[in-house]
This record gives sequence, C-alpha cells and structure tokens, in this order.
Amino acid sequence: MNFGFSEEQELLRTEVRKLLDGQCPMPEVRKLGESPQAYSPALWKQLGELGWLGLTLPEAYGGADLEWIDLALLLEETGRSLFPSPLISCTLAAAALLESGSEEQKQARLPALAAGSQIGTVALAEDGGIFGSEGIALRGERQGDDWLLDGVKCFVTDPEAADFFVVAFRTGDGADELALAVVDADAPGVSAQSFPMMDTTKRLGNLSLENVRVPANAILAEPGRARPALDRLFDRGAIAVTAELLGSAQAALDMTVAYAKERIQFGSPIGRFQGVKHPLAEMFVALESSKSLLYYAAWAIDAKPDDVPRAVSRAKAYASDTFIRIGVDGVQLHGTIAFTDEYDLQLYLKRSKWARPMFGDSAYHYERLLRLRGL
Amino acid sequence: MDFNLTAEEEAFRQEVRQFLADKLPPAEERGEGFIWEWWKAIREKRWIGFSWPTEVTGGGASIMQQFILKEELLKARAPLLGSDYTGLHWVGPAIIQFGSDEQKAEYISEILDSKSIWCTGYSEPDVGSDLASLQCRAVRDGDEYVVNGQKIWTTLAHLARRIFLMVRTDTKGESKHDGITCLLVPMDTPGIEVRPIKAMTTGGMAHMLNEVFFTDVRVPEKFRLGAEGQGWEIVCSALQSERSGISEVNRHESALDDLIDLARRSQRGGKPAIEDGQVRQTLGSFEARIEAMRLNGMRALTSQLRGDLHPSQASINKLHNCDLLVEMSDLAMQLLGCSAPYVSGSDAVIDGGRWQNGALSWPATVVGGGTPNVQRNIIAERFLGLPKD
Repeated sequence: MNFGFSEEQELLRTEVRKLLDGQCPMPEVRKLGESPQAYSPALWKQLGELGWLGLTLPEAYGGADLEWIDLALLLEETGRSLFPSPLISCTLAAAALLESGSEEQKQARLPALAAGSQIGTVALAEDGGIFGSEGIALRGERQGDDWLLDGVKCFVTDPEAADFFVVAFRTGDGADELALAVVDADAPGVSAQSFPMMDTTKRLGNLSLENVRVPANAILAEPGRARPALDRLFDRGAIAVTAELLGSAQAALDMTVAYAKERIQFGSPIGRFQGVKHPLAEMFVALESSKSLLYYAAWAIDAKPDDVPRAVSRAKAYASDTFIRIGVDGVQLHGTIAFTDEYDLQLYLKRSKWARPMFGDSAYHYERLLRLRGL
Repeated sequence: MDFNLTAEEEAFRQEVRQFLADKLPPAEERGEGFIWEWWKAIREKRWIGFSWPTEVTGGGASIMQQFILKEELLKARAPLLGSDYTGLHWVGPAIIQFGSDEQKAEYISEILDSKSIWCTGYSEPDVGSDLASLQCRAVRDGDEYVVNGQKIWTTLAHLARRIFLMVRTDTKGESKHDGITCLLVPMDTPGIEVRPIKAMTTGGMAHMLNEVFFTDVRVPEKFRLGAEGQGWEIVCSALQSERSGISEVNRHESALDDLIDLARRSQRGGKPAIEDGQVRQTLGSFEARIEAMRLNGMRALTSQLRGDLHPSQASINKLHNCDLLVEMSDLAMQLLGCSAPYVSGSDAVIDGGRWQNGALSWPATVVGGGTPNVQRNIIAERFLGLPKD
C-alpha cells in the first residue's frame, strides 16, 4: 500500500516548477494572455523536447510511457503557474487518438503532438447545457463511406490554436450511437473562433462546421460505437482540469497565507486572528482532501479503470467547489488590494470560474454519483 | 503509488476473513453471552491491543496489519475490540510508553482482558479547550499526593474503576504546561464523589457524563504515571498505532447507505425524496467527502509507513468527521419532515427513534477531544505556520 509519490515523480514536479518559474513568471503569463492564441510556441516546443507533451504516450509515438498520475503532477504545476498553453487540449486529443485511432491515425498525429509541432483539441460539448456524452446532439449524415457534419460545437478549448479537432457527433437517435472524427482546421467548411475571456490565460470558443466532409479514414473507432470511448474521454478531461485547478488553488492559498503573515492590522499580523486563520484552515483541509480524491482518480485510470467514473466525479465536484471558495475567500481575506488588476490573486479567482464548468460542475458530478449508485 | 497489498499482507487478510467466517455469527444470531466469547476468542489471537508490544501481551503488529484487521472487522460489522474504549485507545498506550514495570503488569492485561473501565480526568469547570490551564491540585505529603479540586464532563466516571487524572503539582512553573502530573487513581478512593450530568440525548445514552469531586483524596506516589511534571507530555503523546481513521470512514459509509434508504422511503413534494434534486446533491457531496476522508487516511498511512507523518494530520479528518456527523444526522431529520420531533415511545416515530438519537448524540464526538475551532487553530498554526493567538 503506497499512496505517495516516488522520488522520480517528485523530481519531475521540481523540474517543471523550476522551468515555469524561470521562463514563465507572472509578468510573462500576463503578456501571453494578451497574445492572440495565449501561448508561447517557443516554450511549447521546449516542453516537447523535454518529453512533457507526450508524458502518457507510448515510446513508439514519441512519448515517455508514464501514467496519468505523472501527468497530474505536470498539470498541477502548470496550474500553479497559470501557465498559458494548450496542454489540456493536446492531452485530450492525444488520449482520444491513442484509445480509438487506427495505427495509421496514431502514427500521423501522436508523434507530432508529443513533439509540440502540432496542436490538437477536442470538440465535444454543445450549447444545450448538458454535460457528458448525453449533451452531444450534432448529427452526422452518412454519404457513402464519408460523413457530412453541419453544425456548431461549443466550449472548445484553444479553438484558434488547434491544427486539428477531435469532434464528437451522433450517428443515430440511440443514446449510444456516437462517433468521433478527426477534422483538420484547414478543411473546407471549418472555422474556429475564440471569444473574449474573463480568464485571459485561457482560450475557449466555437468550432463551426459547414457541410464538412469527413472521409472514412478520419473516423476514430467504429462509427456508432464510440460511447464508451467518449465517456472515458470526458472522464480524462475532468481529471486533467481538476489536476490543473488544484495547482492553481494551492498557489492562491499560498498567496493568501503569505499575506496573512505579513499584513499588520490592530498591531498584529492578521493571520493571528481566528476570523482569518479559521477560513484558511478550512481551505487547507478542502484542498488536501481534493488532492487525495484527484490522485486516486488519476492513479485509477491506469490501475483500476472500473473505479474511474466514481473517482472522477468525486474529485471534480469537490475540487471545483474548493477552488471557487479559495478564489472568493482569498480575495476577501486580502481586502481591496486583491480587487486590483495589478495583484495576481484576481487571475486565480478568474481561473476558478473557468475550471468549475469544464467537464462538469459539482451539480453535474454529484448527480452522476447518485446515478452510478443506480439511484 | 500503489494500493495493492503485498503477498504477506494479503495472506493476513485471508486469515482474518477465515476467522470471521468461522467465529462471528450474523448480528441477529448473537446471543447474550456472545460478546464475552468473542472478546475471549480475539484476545487469544492477540487482536485486542494488536498494535501493543508483545512484552505486554499485545499483538506487536505492523501498521499495515493493524489497518487490515480493522478494515475486515468493520466490513464484517464485528463488535468493538474489548470493553474498555478509553483504556484501549489512550490510557493503555500511555501506560506502555510512560509506566513502570509494576504499572504495566497491573493495568495492561486488565484492559486487554476486558476487565477494566477507565475514565479520563481532563476538563474542569473553567478549563476546556485551554486544557493546559487546569487547576485540580495535588500536593505532596510524604509518599502520597493529596488531591483537591473538580473534574467535569467525565465520560463513564460512574462505571469506571480508575481515572486517568491530570492534576497540577506545581504552580510556579514558567509555562502553564509545566507542573502538570498524571495520576492513575482508583475510583473507590475515599474523598471521590461522582455526580451525574444528564445529557440532552434521549434513551439509554442520556447518562454518560459526570462531575467528579476530589476532597483530600490521598493517592500513593506509586500511582503516578511518568515523572512529576510530565503530564502535558503524556497528554500530547500516543504510541504508533494505525492512524487512517478507517473506523470513522466505515461508520459514515454505512450511515450514508442508511440515509439513502431513508430518502427512498420518505416523501418530498409528493414524490420520493430520493428524486429531489437538493437531496441528491447533498447525498452526492456526502459521498465525496467520505471518500476524501478515506483517501486522506490512506495518505496519512503512507506517511506513517515512511516515518514522516505530520503530528497534526488527524485534525484534517477530524474536521470532516464533525461536519459529516452533524450534517448527515440533520439531513435525516429533514427527510423525516413533520415527524422529526417525535422520539421513541410511540408508533408515530419512524425507525424507532434512531435518527433523533443521531441528531442529538454528535456533540460527544464533535466537542470531545478538541472542538472544531481548536482543530482549525492547530491546522492554521502547525500546517500553515500562522502566528499563535
């Protein structure tokens, strides 16, 4: 029984932190947030060279052959730094290809993703307000061996940076009649748009598909049978977002604790007052507990797949609410300084509003837990 | 990271399972004399005091063996390990760590054989969370101490044979933590008077608490545990026993199953309460927090095995435990609707009044052993490094 990290894992964490602290400190994060696609291609390449973009991919595709628990560490650190990058997008595009792609499809995309020479993302959700596979309404039309897609996918991460999209669509009315296709950004009829964001370090928007023709060799897995793969993709998305948000939440808590130690009022550091220290203790408890839930879920992906849906829902629900609370209470405990644009805490508050709905908020995941119990 | 057991650990789990299959009848078939037979059988296995050293006839078990045994006993809904909860949980470990050979010989086997009941003399009328300020006085007179003062909230004092008593032997120490001494006092010593305090609880649990008065109580020096002035160290210490908190987690898990069952039977807005969105959200959040407790416990266990357990780690799960006890029992009361105020004594009460008992009995756990606000202070100061207030 071992619920702890190995020396290699701690080393990976240290290396990532060192690189991000050195090359992407907060002024750089803010600068990248103002750039059109909110990431630095040069730094992205460097991450590829370090092997961090293909962490969970097999070596045959240029990956490091590690596990999701290692990936969770990487994402915690990018979250801690608010590192603007398409890491979650690429991770999920790669996960879909790895699970459902043909050998040819994998060879064509995975090494490029691992090297950082291509950006991929997933286009799963739509605007019906339904999380998970049930929310997929876009109906593909069969034309010979090809499929024709006409509609809009919403809440696509890094839509304008992406070279290709893994698109989910329906092949029939049955709940399970779903399919996944790879659509190139430059294919005829494809257009992507990101919208102005509260959290400027993230890009989110729509993928418009106007009579886009998807050839048979761009379909992942068997059309109409992609439901299990899609469910697993949603779960991986929720884990990736949870890992990243917990790193951010840790940074926001650290910042608030540091402030409580140095800010003097009534002749003493405010962290001495129980009105300040008790909320901080509560945040710490919630954050540590969120980490326990996340690490187990990430471990289960590789070691205990049957446990993943419940583990993911527990982690995403509890962690999302934890981060929201740390964002709000962190600002309150600081006072007006945290209301300013200049003070970095506000960036974390904004990140918490991004992280909550991505791949399901707590209301969705708590409800899902009851359904998974058969209720 | 790996949640699997080693081959030896797995073999031990099988041994426990086999024993339980052979020796533990289902709850409804357990007769009156069963509990004594059960305690005798598991005592022979040395599973009572499993973590204690073999020199005092404990089990000498590893942390993982303790965890496995506890988990299997809980899964099988086995009764408590022995009659003396206080003795098994903190008095025994303190005697093993600080006691003389005579004291170990006299007290430890009694605890393990379910022949003792200890109570704990910590709180006083003016001394609760600030325990180190205790005032109950012991003055040296030859080879005896003379104790005068009062203790309060003393659980089971009316049944206990001995009290694990913290007294002040020195009032001139630099810090209030100095000058506290631990005495192991027979409850039938002249000058000890126990007065019951009735709790708000309904039914058989109403009398657990007591006041204990000490008037010129003469305690031989040989009943002192550790050195004079070592009392605070004794309060703060505990032997290395398994700290996963698996017992609390298991209790919450079965309470959640029972709550879900109640929600299926109860009505809300003309339909089963289990279909109510708010009820479902609350149940889902209970599930996540119970699982968080379980996994926090596993992380603590790993730290313990690696020898780097934070001494205040238990405060994290204690806060979850308190919240869950209060909130889960309150959801039950909400599900009962207008019948919630009924207690046992008529057919009108649902499930014989067990939910009402739960809604009133949580303070024993939530307040006992340090209130939630004390835990928050501990976490803020010892994990986050905030200044003491």
